[in-house]
Amino acid sequence: MSEDVWSEQDTDPDAIEAALRWLLRTRHAENEALIPARVLNLVVIVDRDWKGEVANRLERVGRYQASRTILCTVEPGRTTLDAVATVSYEEPGAGKIGVVREQIELDLGPEHLEALDTVVDPILISEMPTIVWSPHGYAEAVQRLLPVTDVILLDSDDLPDPAQAFERASSLCDRVYVVDLAWLRTTPWRERLAASFDLRERAPALRVVSELEIRHQETSTASGLLLAGWLASRLHWQRAPLSGTPGESLSGSVDRPDGEVELRLRNRAQTSPGLGGVTVACEPGLRLSLDRGRGGLDADETNPDGEERRWKILGASRGEGGILGEGVRQALLRDPTYPAALRAARELCPA
Amino acid sequence: MTTPTDALHVDQENPLSEGLERLPVHPTSLIIFGATGDLAHRKLLPALYNLAHEGQLPERFELVGVGRRDQEHEDFRDAALDSIQRYSRRKPDPDVLEGLVENMRYVQGDFDNDGVYGDLVRTLKEFDEDAGRRLNRVFYLSTAPEFFPLIAGKLGEAGLARDDEVEVRVVIEKPFGYDLASARKLNAQLLEVFDEPQIFRIDHYLGKETVQNLMALRFANALFEPVWNRNYIDHVQITAAEDIGIGGRAGYYEGAGALRDLVQNHMLQLLALLAMEPPTAFDADRLRDEKLKVLEAIVPPLVEDVASMTVRAQYASGVAGGEKVPGYLEEPGVAPDSRTPTYAALRLHVSNWRWAGVPFYLRTGKRMARKVTEIAVILKPVPHIALQSQGSVGIQANQIVFTLQPDEGVSVSIGAKIPGPRMRIRPVNMDFRYGTSFLSESPEAYERLILDAMRGDATLFTRNDEIEALWGIIDPILTAWEQDTTSPIPQYPAGSAGPEEANQLVTDDRRWRRL
Repeated sequence: MSEDVWSEQDTDPDAIEAALRWLLRTRHAENEALIPARVLNLVVIVDRDWKGEVANRLERVGRYQASRTILCTVEPGRTTLDAVATVSYEEPGAGKIGVVREQIELDLGPEHLEALDTVVDPILISEMPTIVWSPHGYAEAVQRLLPVTDVILLDSDDLPDPAQAFERASSLCDRVYVVDLAWLRTTPWRERLAASFDLRERAPALRVVSELEIRHQETSTASGLLLAGWLASRLHWQRAPLSGTPGESLSGSVDRPDGEVELRLRNRAQTSPGLGGVTVACEPGLRLSLDRGRGGLDADETNPDGEERRWKILGASRGEGGILGEGVRQALLRDPTYPAALRAARELCPA
Repeated sequence: MTTPTDALHVDQENPLSEGLERLPVHPTSLIIFGATGDLAHRKLLPALYNLAHEGQLPERFELVGVGRRDQEHEDFRDAALDSIQRYSRRKPDPDVLEGLVENMRYVQGDFDNDGVYGDLVRTLKEFDEDAGRRLNRVFYLSTAPEFFPLIAGKLGEAGLARDDEVEVRVVIEKPFGYDLASARKLNAQLLEVFDEPQIFRIDHYLGKETVQNLMALRFANALFEPVWNRNYIDHVQITAAEDIGIGGRAGYYEGAGALRDLVQNHMLQLLALLAMEPPTAFDADRLRDEKLKVLEAIVPPLVEDVASMTVRAQYASGVAGGEKVPGYLEEPGVAPDSRTPTYAALRLHVSNWRWAGVPFYLRTGKRMARKVTEIAVILKPVPHIALQSQGSVGIQANQIVFTLQPDEGVSVSIGAKIPGPRMRIRPVNMDFRYGTSFLSESPEAYERLILDAMRGDATLFTRNDEIEALWGIIDPILTAWEQDTTSPIPQYPAGSAGPEEANQLVTDDRRWRRL
């Protein structure tokens, strides 16, 4: 990977934008096959102490890099705006094109956050969707950016209290499209459950689910609740708050048409965040469990006759880098089922 | 009034499927005939690995390879492992790879041997018993075409072609037939055993993202439809040029030639997608109905008109990529007096209201100057030019170019003013490249098509009447070329843009686009 770099201390957005234009024009003049990516802008607001960690996460998203990434690093006490602009590319082979991506690192102080839109807006690529990701809070800065934002990237697993996390996501949903990494951690599970209950012999059992147990890493209660909320919203279960402590275990029962569903969320020891397993039991005796394993999910099914079968469902883990990359990609799509799942998950949160 | 969202609800029987990118695929046993062949190892097995990696295979998936090579299950697994490691578009995850190959089975025997089918019945029954349910079956015929009817017939005799409890499908690789008569015969033979909805005739071009994007561009943008007709479009050029020779495929290519290899299937499919009317829905039959109408509107040339509407040629020795390369007749395995064309160019007309009078030029060749597959739609020039074009290349007709390879994308040429005090115009391009405009990498066409076949979605496969319409266009050309055993076959130097004779095909001040 090659890079062209420009930097300036105590700079302003006009200078940054002019520098990037110059970098791109110079590079294109030297090699016409190098073309700037034009997919989306990503604005990231981070604490100075965590800049390296966030930068590493962004690097691991691989091909899901944004076209222009603006990394705003907040440093207490800083009053000046310093910037480093980088265009990176790989020289293409003969007859091929090479994609150029741009990154701007802004070092700024708390006072800049009060008018962050006036710093960021001039250096966004216009006519392209803009995603904002603020993993360390800075809610006011996010609010300032909302008028120029198309998508908010957040992680409901970030906050220890899922109720607060869902409240934050809900309020943002009213104004912009929200991509929730906690929701994306449930995607393979939702796909597998949908496929499992698409089978003719299992499909009717969806109407008579009697138990749902979701196993999750201790920091991923929100993911667990979102999966439960998704099933509850898709299957029209009446929701009621669960009891227990988020991060430990939650349980309770909810009403479905013609019956009741026992709901449990509990911790599962695992290194990576997200879900570790799910069990769905249905009347009169079907029980299907899916658990994270090597090379995919370990499936365990007991049919109404009491026969048990175990097998492997293949699939590679995406890892946290993959989840973030998926979050960036999802900014270009629209998932109609998240808002309903989020509403249901809020209703399941302990009172 | 029904909104698109309402329609989704009506169609959606499974309440859990809504909003998911990946639709459910039911448990399936996939049986690959010709499992030791090149296609299986370079394309099919790596495609299956990538589907497994992404969690897109059904929850129960079993694979049986059928081949004539005498080997054990373990040998087949080792060979599959090696092929996936070598040809997969991503580095395999060892656990997923092991999981995919560990239960693969191999059934050995000649395709006419009843024992093969008996073994298959037993193997599939074992899979069903192990799963505790009947698995759908997809038979993938990746063999030489002469075995298609034989295998289909044997599957029927063994009771494997139809089943009341599960879906049974058969995927037929190309070439589908050798001419119109053989395609009709093959269709009839297959339809004696399978119903048409069970048959998936593959054309991997249709699985390419750019080909599907052709439909998105035409039918999801109001910008293009108003000009997509004879009033604004001057002509269309479809090019499939390869910079390589026939390699070690003389055995196949001598019997096929350029017309059968690329024109009859891929290039005419591209023409159909470009020229068809908007389908009322993006489903298999409605889409294929529209393609069929276009193909039926192409008047096949009369045998006596073939000479003025087509050009065939062979590559002579030349220089490609800086190296001297042999001519076609000097290639190993090619008869020294072979008349097989390695280049074909055609002028076709679509005789309907939209396209009357618009020529469609198609050209394909081996050992050409560069590898490119593209569709170029050349618009008519503006009716009056008030601007002086002195001192520049001037105003040129707009072109919309869909590139399928090497870089998938779409380019629209427009006239723009050259900076400076004078009003000078030159064409510039507005480009859309997949690599710069989307984050996702395009999946291999075979991944999409295998998944569609397992799901029973035939939208990107060719229907029986479509196949016959395709051959109906090509048949008179083949006949005329085969009847003419004396005219010299034009030659073009390897590494060039094709034969001079092809320039005479493009009339009325038109010219081929530069490769």
